[in-house]
Amino acid sequence: MNFKNLRESSPIQQLSLLGLAVVFGVFTTSCNPDETQVVANFTSTITLQEEFDVDLNDSIWGYEEGTGTDGWGNNELQHYTKRADNVVIEDGMLKITAIKESYEGAEYTSARVLTKGKFEQQYGRVEARIKLPSGKGLWPAFWMLGSNYDVVGWPQCGEIDIMENKGSEPTIVAGSLHGPGYSGGNPVTKQFQLTDNRFDSDFHIFGIEWTKDYVNHYVDGVLYNHITRDDVPGEWVFDQPFYIILNLAVGGNFDGAPTDATVFPNHMLVDYIRVYAAK
Amino acid sequence: MKKINFKTQVAFAFVGFLALALVSCERGFSDEITLATYPETPEVFTDFPVGLTDAFFVSFDPAGGANVNGFGTDENEAYKGNSSIRIDVPDSGDPEGNYIGGIFLDRGNGRDLTNYDALTFWAKGAITAEVGLFGFGTDFQGDKYAVGLNNIALSTDWKQYTIPIPDPTKLVQEKGMFIFAAGTASTNGLGYTFWIDEIKFEKLGTIGQVRNSIFSGEDVSMSSFNDAIIQITGISQTRNLGDGTDVTVDIAAGYLDYESSDLTVAKVNELGQITIVGAGNAVITASAYGIETAGSLTLTSLGDFTLPTAPTHAAADVISIFSDVYTNVNIDFYNGYWEPWQTTTSNDFDINGDNILSYDSFNFVGHQFSDPTVDASDMTHFHMDVYIPGTLAAGAKLKVTIKDFGANNEDGGGDDTTQTFTISGADLSGDAWSSIDVALSLSSKTRVGQFVFENDGSDLTKLYMDNVYFYKQ
Repeated sequence: MNFKNLRESSPIQQLSLLGLAVVFGVFTTSCNPDETQVVANFTSTITLQEEFDVDLNDSIWGYEEGTGTDGWGNNELQHYTKRADNVVIEDGMLKITAIKESYEGAEYTSARVLTKGKFEQQYGRVEARIKLPSGKGLWPAFWMLGSNYDVVGWPQCGEIDIMENKGSEPTIVAGSLHGPGYSGGNPVTKQFQLTDNRFDSDFHIFGIEWTKDYVNHYVDGVLYNHITRDDVPGEWVFDQPFYIILNLAVGGNFDGAPTDATVFPNHMLVDYIRVYAAK
Repeated sequence: MKKINFKTQVAFAFVGFLALALVSCERGFSDEITLATYPETPEVFTDFPVGLTDAFFVSFDPAGGANVNGFGTDENEAYKGNSSIRIDVPDSGDPEGNYIGGIFLDRGNGRDLTNYDALTFWAKGAITAEVGLFGFGTDFQGDKYAVGLNNIALSTDWKQYTIPIPDPTKLVQEKGMFIFAAGTASTNGLGYTFWIDEIKFEKLGTIGQVRNSIFSGEDVSMSSFNDAIIQITGISQTRNLGDGTDVTVDIAAGYLDYESSDLTVAKVNELGQITIVGAGNAVITASAYGIETAGSLTLTSLGDFTLPTAPTHAAADVISIFSDVYTNVNIDFYNGYWEPWQTTTSNDFDINGDNILSYDSFNFVGHQFSDPTVDASDMTHFHMDVYIPGTLAAGAKLKVTIKDFGANNEDGGGDDTTQTFTISGADLSGDAWSSIDVALSLSSKTRVGQFVFENDGSDLTKLYMDNVYFYKQ
């Protein structure tokens, strides 16, 4: 079953249609684990519904600020802040803005919000509706880290990249898993490309369905990446709660530095995040 | 190579005249009329011109140097199918024209292109030359929605090119399906061949990031006068293609909306023409879909402008270089932008139909009229009107050189003769016109081709000029 035709529907329509699809899914999933597989099996129990209609809920969300170590491990160029210039709820959306400005020794500012220690979940479905920025050197990401990050460190804690994008490639996103032996520049990853649209022109839905056996990545209801325990060339570290991170990095190892043609300020708009339990 | 019929603009003008005559005989519309819709045909050329007549190619004017011999189709080269358009770019010395170019015209009612977002085509060069222009929207009937991609490098393999449509909603009835112009600037004057195939409008969906500019994205300032008309220039749009690369095209003024901060000082029309209507200050900006456009013009209108006294010499006794009173000879330029030392820029304007040359950052500037040169042997005097805006600087002077190109009929070569004279501050005025008349003393004046104006190191850095001509007393 292919959900491409759902793109123009309202979120409510999408949910009800997804519900319908599940009925079909029962018959098709087991025998057809390819790109046309139903992706939304977990729809009944919503565990986090963040619509970003009012101020960022500090019982769910926190901020990471500063430049981390070595640009958050990736030679990123931005200084993260929690100023409204960089992160704000506006028009029912979370708006993260990358700005070119001198700020405490950095050339750029931006923001990273996360649910660490506040909302963490093991397995289920995690999706967000996001309009990405674009331009060389911008690196928007919607991802998760294992809750034992502070104890065992990275990559032992595991990393699930639900969506990351190189600003220089406005039609391509990637979904990846990082763990011990498959991290950094060598994750288990796959790209998804739009052929008739761009990720900075419209909102798109990015999600995963995650069980003890696999992680599925989807965009707008199209499953494009199915990673099982057997697919990772090392230890499977995804049987524990993970927390959610949304950020817009500037520069770094993924897409390189911005150029004069990169537009600043530039925004990542998140319409919602919805998380469902795995049942 | 199969030749395709072409018609020059002259022929087209004739068709236009016929059409006008026919329209005037039509009856009025009935009450039941519905808005016409136009074909949405996306293809322009596949193996043949699609939805176009045989006479779809309209060359640029041969009188302006366009060579009409090198346009046809080629059954031995095609990106797809069995035929492509073949263009033989002439050598720079070709007596029948040193460049080739023209438009593909929909001679019907035009097409509805509102559902597309780009023109795409494939091209291949016999060598890796640079083509001056590809685009669409030029119809030789106002070119209201012209779009041009400049200086395109050809590959010797087939390569696809994408030209974004700046705003598809404007193209409800477009007749300009394609345009190209190619010379030999990139090949040291050597002609070459290139091919074009699969020209079509498409809905790609992968074109994003609208970035529009006026005045090349600069915030410029200028002073002017009531009734002056100033054209907005440097209008372009940069888009980001699906592969992440940026493409910048020149776009017609009609794609943007313009705004004046003070309508009692300046107004702007949809053609990007600014008219000064009163004294004061106004800032001209542009937008599209509410998105601000980079670049602006800050205008200071000094109020009413006094035109120079109109010349009264009989037309038969005048050879005019720049005047609205007489017919001017064929002109190469009124500012040659001579590198590297010239700083002079042009900001010419028009007061109620009287064009005024306006020079800023003036150190020197030239007028040239070499095609053909002027035989001034019957003329006795040189005339010009000069206006120095503001207070006349102490020591201001204006040196004028009149140059005859000599036997070789070209600038330089050791056979040129010149007459030079310097107008001192005593003969110039601040904020007023000065009329300059000087007797010609050139030993040879049968091939006059150039004037050079210099401030001769003085602080004369801004001036207006009008009525530059030779006359017989």
